[in-house]
Amino acid sequence: MSNAPVMPIESGTPDSFQYMHPTLRKNYGQWAYHDRPRPGVLHHVSNFGDEVWTVKAASPRQLDILTLREICDIADEFCKGYLRFTMRGNIEYMVTEESQLEPLIKRLNDAGYPIGGTGNSVTMISHTQGWLHCDIPGTDASGVVKSLMDELIDEFVVEEMPNRVHITTSCCQINCGGQGDIAINIQHTKPPKINHDLVGNACERPSVVARCPVAAIRPAMVNGKPTLEVDEKKCICCGACFPPCPPMQINDPEHSKLAVWVGGKHSNARSKPMFHKLVAAGLPNNAPRWPEVAGVVKKILAAYKENANDYERMGEWVERIGWQQFFDLTGLPFTKYHIDNWRGSRNSLNQSAHIRF
Amino acid sequence: MAIDKHDTPMIDQLVPGPWPSFIKGIQRLRDEHPSERINGMANDLLGQLETSYETRKGYWKGGTISVFGYGGGIIPRFTELKNEDGNSRFPEAQEFHTMRIQPPGGFHYTTDMLRTIMDLDEKHGSGMICLHGQTGNLMLVGMDSDAIQPLFDEMNAIGWDLGGAGPCVRTGMSCVGAARCEHSNADEIKINRVLLNNFQDDMHRPALPYKFKFKVSGCANDCTNSIQRADMAIIGTWRDDMKVNQDEVKAYVEKKGRKYVVDNVISRCPTNSLSLNDDDTLEVNNKDCVRCMHCINVMTKALSAGDDKGVTLLIGGKRTLKIGDLFGTVLVPFMKLDTDEDYEKLVELAEECIDFFAENALEHERTGEMIERIGLANFLEGIGVDIDPNMINHPRVSSYVRMDDWDEEAAKWKESKAG
Repeated sequence: MSNAPVMPIESGTPDSFQYMHPTLRKNYGQWAYHDRPRPGVLHHVSNFGDEVWTVKAASPRQLDILTLREICDIADEFCKGYLRFTMRGNIEYMVTEESQLEPLIKRLNDAGYPIGGTGNSVTMISHTQGWLHCDIPGTDASGVVKSLMDELIDEFVVEEMPNRVHITTSCCQINCGGQGDIAINIQHTKPPKINHDLVGNACERPSVVARCPVAAIRPAMVNGKPTLEVDEKKCICCGACFPPCPPMQINDPEHSKLAVWVGGKHSNARSKPMFHKLVAAGLPNNAPRWPEVAGVVKKILAAYKENANDYERMGEWVERIGWQQFFDLTGLPFTKYHIDNWRGSRNSLNQSAHIRF
Repeated sequence: MAIDKHDTPMIDQLVPGPWPSFIKGIQRLRDEHPSERINGMANDLLGQLETSYETRKGYWKGGTISVFGYGGGIIPRFTELKNEDGNSRFPEAQEFHTMRIQPPGGFHYTTDMLRTIMDLDEKHGSGMICLHGQTGNLMLVGMDSDAIQPLFDEMNAIGWDLGGAGPCVRTGMSCVGAARCEHSNADEIKINRVLLNNFQDDMHRPALPYKFKFKVSGCANDCTNSIQRADMAIIGTWRDDMKVNQDEVKAYVEKKGRKYVVDNVISRCPTNSLSLNDDDTLEVNNKDCVRCMHCINVMTKALSAGDDKGVTLLIGGKRTLKIGDLFGTVLVPFMKLDTDEDYEKLVELAEECIDFFAENALEHERTGEMIERIGLANFLEGIGVDIDPNMINHPRVSSYVRMDDWDEEAAKWKESKAG
């Protein structure tokens, strides 16, 4: 028996309203204000006087269906069968009676879901697929997040930071995890190791050559076979050649290190959006718990919590106090590698006599 | 039949602790799920992941698979961990593809629909679902090649469609917005859906130089991170005066104290547009206000956006590969989005941008990189958008440029101001 192929229905992005909590649907575009009665809870009031309390709960993001069914059970019990997810992977449960709040929070906590991530807290780490599913990962993603959030849980469940802290992790230098107040990213330190037997068949060589940002790759013949070679003096170890040409192995158990960046911010509130900046590198890719990375992150968070003013994001705080003080307060070493040398790099130098003593 | 569980001492260390554990979840699929097929897939997935943890290397390779009628939307994964005889070391997870599904804008779900999706994933896949990927996809993680078409057919029949993968228009994202946020200045869900559903052909059949992403945020807080991640960012704003409830301002000052309000609201305004009056009311210079959202974020009851709402469009944001991070830059300072004609204009402009990108970008070059290479003025001319001082931080600082038709250009500007 052969089934005739069915052409897909190109329905695209579905209509959200069919899945939206009825109180949200009714008050769409009609919300008046919100407050935060306690960490992990948002309270929104509409122009019609309707109220909704949102409880934000932790999620591992990579969900098995047994766990996700339990997450759904809780939404059935308390939220009429509606729930939503945030950009950063938290779960949001919405109730319309304040009296449901405490039982819902207790139910979630009992089931192992911490409540938090609102306002000036350390919220869920936005992250990538890592060893679990990526084809070019230098490290894991979900595992790094699990181990870090275990360490930072006390700051997830309270609102005691100067402002919100968005942490991201990325398992290669493409940095899919995104910009963050703190970003933990793979940093390769050695050029790719090339398997010359495989390049000719596995890689479209001209497009690999074109992919290199510093023109360090050129066609070559090795043992009579067409392949590619890398000018190792030019190579910046970015790994851009690896996705289109897997025989150019950039990941290395020893030399793929972790780097920590601070001060990224996507909001336009107060200052314009900012990119994160390198502060620490050379940290070992020490699975399964990455203690060295956690140590640096906690050091930075402690300095920020202690020294920043209310509403200052990490990057805004550093702009006020200056990098000299940042490195003093965190005790992190400042090296020649912190000085930018990429295109436009002179704009990152201090073009003034403004110096803090 | 009891399965032969792989020994996984390293990833077992990711089970305890207060944060929910994804390893515990996969172990549950291995140990508790009634399907032997799913038990086996989970066991072998754990085996491969443990190997990665031990050797600190990844072992998935990609490929090219899609469904009938489409060219993308699936992320194929084949194991590279083979025995000497060429057989997979973890055969039951040797094919572990991801199906990217376009989610509803704002990530709203009913448990009924999630359960239906889970039932289908349970029937065909591994029982793992990622909510959500960084681009915004709902991802069904882990299925073998034979499962892709039947799973997609069943998902498609109940209203779900594949997302983008490869050089194409990608799945989009919109913030919670009007559904549950007073800061919303736009119908984020509608903008997201109108734009994406206009480009389904470009999403499903990858033929662009590289990816093109839309993200929609209802205000300048930009919860979807659009300025840093989207080739076209759509951000809600307003152009009349912001609304001030002076009684609530007074109540706020009363509650928090003058020093707090001066330190945290007045002096944090980036353009010094706020002043606290002697009677504890607020004065706003709306002409200088840049709609950054800070004061509104802090004084949620007293302050809110104006009524003449619309959107700002930015173009060319992207992550690191390959010339480094780029922010989106202003393409349209303000655009109304009320009528069908307004939405048509938005779609037409997006089409112009994508057509220009398709014709002018180099292979694997993002829109922002293309604009950096050819210059914003050339891009604007190509898509037929007029220049505007809101597009720049400051005018040029280099005098090295040919200005043959300065007089005509200056006359054009005067004419546009007069008209």
